[in-house]
Amino acid sequence: MSESDDISRLIGDLGADLKPVRRLPPPWLRALVWLGVVVVVALILVATRKLLPALGIIGNDPFMLPGAYASLATAALAAIAAFELSLPDRSDKWILLPLPALVVWIALNGLGCLATLAIPGTQTTPFQFMVCLSLIIAISVPLTVAMIVMVRRARPLRPLRVAALGGLAASGAAATLLILIHPHDSAVLDLAAHGVAVAVIIGLNVLLGGRLLVPANKFRGDA
Amino acid sequence: MPANGATDLSRAEIDRRLTAAMAAAQGGDRTAYESVLRDCVPIVQRIARHQGASADFLDDVVQDVLVTIHGARATYDPSRSFVAWLTAITQRRTIDILRKRGRRGAHEVYAPEAFDTHAGDDNPERDAVRHAEATQLHAFVDQLPEGQREAVRTLALEENSLEDASKATGRTKTSLKVNLHRAIKTLRGRMSGVER
Repeated sequence: MSESDDISRLIGDLGADLKPVRRLPPPWLRALVWLGVVVVVALILVATRKLLPALGIIGNDPFMLPGAYASLATAALAAIAAFELSLPDRSDKWILLPLPALVVWIALNGLGCLATLAIPGTQTTPFQFMVCLSLIIAISVPLTVAMIVMVRRARPLRPLRVAALGGLAASGAAATLLILIHPHDSAVLDLAAHGVAVAVIIGLNVLLGGRLLVPANKFRGDA
Repeated sequence: MPANGATDLSRAEIDRRLTAAMAAAQGGDRTAYESVLRDCVPIVQRIARHQGASADFLDDVVQDVLVTIHGARATYDPSRSFVAWLTAITQRRTIDILRKRGRRGAHEVYAPEAFDTHAGDDNPERDAVRHAEATQLHAFVDQLPEGQREAVRTLALEENSLEDASKATGRTKTSLKVNLHRAIKTLRGRMSGVER
């Protein structure tokens, strides 16, 4: 089957529009750059934490630090998966990459929660719940923006899945960074705040993902 | 076996050639780029047909895939197979287009009556109805009392100003306005079948 006049014309137009492009670095390197942004946000939080009022409880929860490592691992793996899936020829199975770390993160939080239930005076107040929720969402904003800017370059063909993974990466990193300014035990409300924040961030990413991750294309009329 | 071997060899050869040309295109080589896009056309058509795209919109799929390639050309890694990259793009875009068509089709209703009611200007049936209505209106105007008939003719049909109509008929402006108002009321009633 030969090409039509429309296709020939389009090929000419695309050729005329051709400019040299810089190839995208490999996904693991892009994920590393994004984790660099996480480190920058962490440094800013450490530098400014003296300005913030003392929040939360510095408790004896043995699951807090392992939980933070698990959320960081979830963030890193979700970021790698997001950058992999943003490329057209990568397998859908990349979406499973952060799952083991996510399961460990949820499990450690659950165990910590059960442990603190037995200790009087460790439960979070509704005010602390709101503080925790707001902080995670606030910290995840710059991380989400950085993710969107980086992923947009690939013009992902699976924007919703990439957006969900990006949201998981941002919320996981934000939950980890929270420990720097808001030490907390695995109290029920604190964990609920984590869960709500993660759901909100992933949900917003998915809602906006389709539009934000795929830049307009001047050759596509109905895009 | 030899035939398959030859086919595999030629596929690998095509892939190597396209990979090299796409790498050159990423560097800004327009000739290489246009040649890659042209070579993509039959491959895309074959994959899209295999995905279930009917012949009447193969061109749409091809154009969409070419535009997608253009936007995503920075994502191609020349250390990997170009044909695999192209196949992944084509499969995803074909599915998206098929879904979009399916959704659009669900919102569109096949309604020939709608076309009959809202057709373009070259609709002989509608012209005939309009002609019949105009003839009937003229007949109703002719049945109006003398004063009202004059007001309709001079002001509405001939589009004279009130002053000119007054001079032409020898009636006052107020009389013309009142007669025109009454005539319109009567005609509206007769055309809608209220007053016979």
